[in-house]
Amino acid sequence: MNPSYEITVEIGGMPILLHTQDDSFRQLLTRRYAGFIGSVSRPRFEFDIELTAPSTAARDDDNDVRVEMQDGVWRLQRGDFRAQWDPRAGRGRIRQSANPYSIDSVLRIVHTLILAREGGFLLHSAGAIRNGRAFLFSGVSGAGKTTISRLAPPDVTLLTDEVSYVRRDDDGYRACGTPFAGELARVGENCSAPIGSLLFLKQGSKNTIEPVAKPEAIRCLLRNILFFAEDAGLVRSVFQSACEFVERVPVQRLTFVPDSRVWDMIQ
Amino acid sequence: MKEKYIARSQAIASRLLGGEMMIMSAADSTFFTLNSVATVVWQAADGRTPLSEIVAHHVCGEFEVDFETAHRDVRQFVENLSSHGILLVSEHPFSGSSAGPTEAA
Repeated sequence: MNPSYEITVEIGGMPILLHTQDDSFRQLLTRRYAGFIGSVSRPRFEFDIELTAPSTAARDDDNDVRVEMQDGVWRLQRGDFRAQWDPRAGRGRIRQSANPYSIDSVLRIVHTLILAREGGFLLHSAGAIRNGRAFLFSGVSGAGKTTISRLAPPDVTLLTDEVSYVRRDDDGYRACGTPFAGELARVGENCSAPIGSLLFLKQGSKNTIEPVAKPEAIRCLLRNILFFAEDAGLVRSVFQSACEFVERVPVQRLTFVPDSRVWDMIQ
Repeated sequence: MKEKYIARSQAIASRLLGGEMMIMSAADSTFFTLNSVATVVWQAADGRTPLSEIVAHHVCGEFEVDFETAHRDVRQFVENLSSHGILLVSEHPFSGSSAGPTEAA
């Protein structure tokens, strides 16, 4: 019998146990998810990872990912991985080569599916905690997510510069740190805080914060929620979650000059 | 001109926010925002009320617009939403199970 090595990656308080027969791959995952390693004793879900020979196929972007439910089992597929996950059994299987990018994408997708059922979502945004409240900075590529993360003063805890983990909380919403890094190539802190506001970024000639009307807020929010599944029920859930979010969390537009003074406005 | 009946598709999710109706197609995630007049038509699209009655009672009753203008604009709006599968259109009333409201509370 081949030995099995295990590692639990815990993002957003959601422990996912990964089994691999390759210890060097487990070590790679340990480095990749440093700060997000949990206990193997109480996983919420488990995945067996079957490593394949390195693929000659280019690693596709997320536009080419397919996520479908068949007979109660999610099937995830991209050029560089195939995975299936049975949420009722709590188990799944991933086939990929020994690289950190494929498992990273699988984990992102699995978390979007979990969160969609629980009123949360993954958001294409930077996130940070200041004075006990989380601030999310969202926008299209180039809007300034990495810039505002880089400009954060020392009293700010960076949750992510790329993908925020948003969970429904008793009284509102909570943002959790993620290891999903963007251009800053820096893993976020594994902590969380109630969300104070969501700010859509725009670089300009002066620093201003303006409220965003709810219809526009929903439109912008939906544009930035990560979701891949071709599933009408979950699409409805994500839509309702977005509506709930903008009714409970202030949504604003932050126009900013790219220097550290912008953080004077974020308290 | 033949009478038409309109019903909200079941393959959508919708929500009234800030006086505007937000609609998302569950099939392809297309997102629509309806203005106040279109929202009134949407809310009245029960599959049983004739379109002309919706225009006369709901649109002309709530907004200062003559019937002919309103009817023309509403037909155009209905055509647009039906082309995306958001609204269902028929020359006969819909049966109870073929369409219906899915708006969130």
